[in-house]
Amino acid sequence: MAERAALEELVRLQGERVRGLKQQKASAEQIEEEVAKLLKLKAQLGPDEGKQKFVLKTPKGTRDYSPRQMAIREKVFDVIISCFKRHGAEVIDTPVFELKETLTGKYGEDSKLIYDLKDQGGELLSLRYDLTVPFARYLAMNKLTNIKRYHIAKVYRRDNPAMTRGRYREFYQCDFDIAGQFDPMIPDAECLKIMCEILSSLQIGDFLVKVNDRRILDGMFAICGVPDSKFRTICSSVDKLDKVSWEEVKNEMVGEKGLTPEVADHIGDYVQQHGGVSLVEQLLQDPKLSQNKQALEGLEDLKLLFEYLTLFGIADKISFDLSLARGLDYYTGVIYEAVLLQTPVQPGEEPLGVGSVAAGGRYDGLALEEKVRTTETQVLVASAQKRLLEERLKLVSELWDAGIKAELLYKKNPKLLNQLQYCEEAGIPLVAIIGEQELKDGVIKLRSVASREEVDVRREDLVEEIKRRTSPALCIC
Amino acid sequence: MAERAALEELVRLQGERVRGLKQQKASAEQIEEEVAKLLKLKAQLGPDEGKQKFVLKTPKGTRDYSPRQMAIREKVFDVIISCFKRHGAEVIDTPVFELKETLTGKYGEDSKLIYDLKDQGGELLSLRYDLTVPFARYLAMNKLTNIKRYHIAKVYRRDNPAMTRGRYREFYQCDFDIAGQFDPMIPDAECLKIMCEILSSLQIGDFLVKVNDRRILDGMFAICGVPDSKFRTICSSVDKLDKVSWEEVKNEMVGEKGLTPEVADHIGDYVQQHGGVSLVEQLLQDPKLSQNKQALEGLEDLKLLFEYLTLFGIADKISFDLSLARGLDYYTGVIYEAVLLQTPVQPGEEPLGVGSVAAGGRYDGLVGMFDPKGRKVPCVGLSIGVERIFSIVEQRLEALEEKVRTTETQVLVASAQKRLLEERLKLVSELWDAGIKAELLYKKNPKLLNQLQYCEEAGIPLVAIIGGCPKRRPCGRNQKENKPGPLHLLS
Repeated sequence: MAERAALEELVRLQGERVRGLKQQKASAEQIEEEVAKLLKLKAQLGPDEGKQKFVLKTPKGTRDYSPRQMAIREKVFDVIISCFKRHGAEVIDTPVFELKETLTGKYGEDSKLIYDLKDQGGELLSLRYDLTVPFARYLAMNKLTNIKRYHIAKVYRRDNPAMTRGRYREFYQCDFDIAGQFDPMIPDAECLKIMCEILSSLQIGDFLVKVNDRRILDGMFAICGVPDSKFRTICSSVDKLDKVSWEEVKNEMVGEKGLTPEVADHIGDYVQQHGGVSLVEQLLQDPKLSQNKQALEGLEDLKLLFEYLTLFGIADKISFDLSLARGLDYYTGVIYEAVLLQTPVQPGEEPLGVGSVAAGGRYDGLALEEKVRTTETQVLVASAQKRLLEERLKLVSELWDAGIKAELLYKKNPKLLNQLQYCEEAGIPLVAIIGEQELKDGVIKLRSVASREEVDVRREDLVEEIKRRTSPALCIC
Repeated sequence: MAERAALEELVRLQGERVRGLKQQKASAEQIEEEVAKLLKLKAQLGPDEGKQKFVLKTPKGTRDYSPRQMAIREKVFDVIISCFKRHGAEVIDTPVFELKETLTGKYGEDSKLIYDLKDQGGELLSLRYDLTVPFARYLAMNKLTNIKRYHIAKVYRRDNPAMTRGRYREFYQCDFDIAGQFDPMIPDAECLKIMCEILSSLQIGDFLVKVNDRRILDGMFAICGVPDSKFRTICSSVDKLDKVSWEEVKNEMVGEKGLTPEVADHIGDYVQQHGGVSLVEQLLQDPKLSQNKQALEGLEDLKLLFEYLTLFGIADKISFDLSLARGLDYYTGVIYEAVLLQTPVQPGEEPLGVGSVAAGGRYDGLVGMFDPKGRKVPCVGLSIGVERIFSIVEQRLEALEEKVRTTETQVLVASAQKRLLEERLKLVSELWDAGIKAELLYKKNPKLLNQLQYCEEAGIPLVAIIGGCPKRRPCGRNQKENKPGPLHLLS
């Protein structure tokens, strides 16, 4: 009994040690080491079955919804959903967990906040972190090219509530997205119209929607002289302008992030500006900015957007704000954020934005384009001319003997185009092309299906080259 | 490379070994041992980070809901929720996972079907297995002594789909429960009334609600001579009577479960009976059964229940069925199960129940398990099997070839000529501001025909065409005009 109590105390202390290290943002290896120690200690305690402890609580960062909270939630959802429906959106739902590999590599640094399920002998699963990646998976799985959908569901993030006060680990997300190739800016305008309709109907006070464009930011930083490598970190400084003064932001950019004061000042000339469509037109006349191709694209699109927003009757709620810069990881075009306004203390002052209540933007590159592969074939053995079946059979056999997953078409004289197309459909990454001239030279043309690059490889080096290119650690197909 | 391939092959083989053992219902220890071996092998393969395979699928036993399925789901939930609200129920919601210790020890053998979360250095968590245990936890946590609540949410069970065809691992449960100390059988009767109202409103066919009582079963087995230790296993045999013959059930009880033929026969005398309140009265006269205190309690309560059900106008849908015996782990009193009826093949035959669509009962001891002082809060409730109902409704709509709309758009704002985008944008915005559900195509100069086709596909009933004079024009094969005016020729 005393042993168990001592063990439980050790577990408690080790748990605190781990928490402490995480708070101090210690190195990942150190944290992992201490977590492993913790798990070992817990394992010694044995299974939980016999414990008679009555701990009546919900897990950290989660909560029940009482009937009163549910009544409020229902009212809010009713407003939001009837707006989505009014705009002709369909609704979908996805499972609460995804295959771990579906979520892997999509969230960058935030990946450590994903809840994993225990490996109980089946597939590795993780709780969804947002609704956007499941949406991309849904589109790819169903081969959809366009859909207007909303999705309201809970998502899960292992945030540390001590760090970010009031942040839940289980919380609702309420997403609306339009996927598809359409005439420019009309869907983007509808998204803003929806945002305004919802915030008005909820009657939670006056609000403002800030709008900017990824391309304008990119172009602006370029002409100001910000190195590409510093783009994201400068963005996060600029984004603080809604909370702190320009002086502070400039100090951070120069003092901590290594920009010269001149470059910082140049940025400041732009990012402190906000206004309506007149600001767009002013910047279109800006000699430097209008020379930058990206920025020009962004500005032209914003100009068109403002035309539509005027027709939608919401232009007065929209502010083109060059300091809007956060959440840029996957946005490719227009970005927007709605903030509630606090009545100003001094009359004549501008209302202060007090926190974002909605946000979004255009993200054209996120859709999961990876094929659903049903085979693991690494290379197709192909021929460029006729009467090379014998050679193909010999080569494919060599590859099989070397443990390489290879195929050939069951045709005596297949056309090269058909063989290449077969690769595209089946997701085969490499083609080994046999040609008459190449045979004489003792080489095989190795072609990457994705990049279409071809290189001549000596016959005796082919196996090794294929293995090198298809090894799991280094996929450069 | 060859080593990795060999390792992957070993993992694959070991995975099959584990699956095989589970199918053969091998002992838990054996399965655990082989699973541990599997995990060790997988660990040797290394982390998944570098794997470039993108398999686009949902996890085993789960599925997305397409807009069509969502439309069906919404219709079904609307019926169910409006019934709950009509009966004055509040609604709550709880987190998708609970502390592992909250769920531990509540589900008996089924505990192995619980999804655990990985130990990532914090609390040990598990996905909820049902909505009843979270409810009991909610009551205890908030020290509530009474509440009438419904809760509709997904629950998670690591079932083996190969064993139980069509069984999902993530599925909706739709629970209604009344907690609190009240005069006997009134809440129980309301639960049955709700069940009948919902199943009638859903229009999924005729149904029957079987009713029994845990105390009657206990008493019945006792007087038949079943040892306490065999109670649960005999229950599960008896419960099969809705699917197989008495002969088969008897053989199982005698051949596999060790009852004497006499005891089995004695059980058979009772469990093959079903009827209305008259059967209750008959059994109250049964010399042996009425001597058993428990059985007597149960019978008296059922008699009272039938009185209330008659007043509620649903007695004709209720059948007192002594073979209803499953899911007895935490039930303490009345239990019930609703089955859909298949029209009989031979006239005069009784309709065949083809699967349960709702079930429930009284469970007075569950909340006490959560309360440190063991305070009991009596509960009675029901659970609607909505997944089953979704597929029935889906099939029914398909059979009727009824179109299921996935949007509620009332009117498409269209243009008959070019360069009318501005007008369309203005008009659709007017309609939205007036609360009308409207859409427009995201094209500057769409062809009218395409716009009309879009309406056909989406089931949008009206088009507002801007082109010279705007007019309303109903879609569909019936091309009658609603307003007088010149016909616009389609280009």
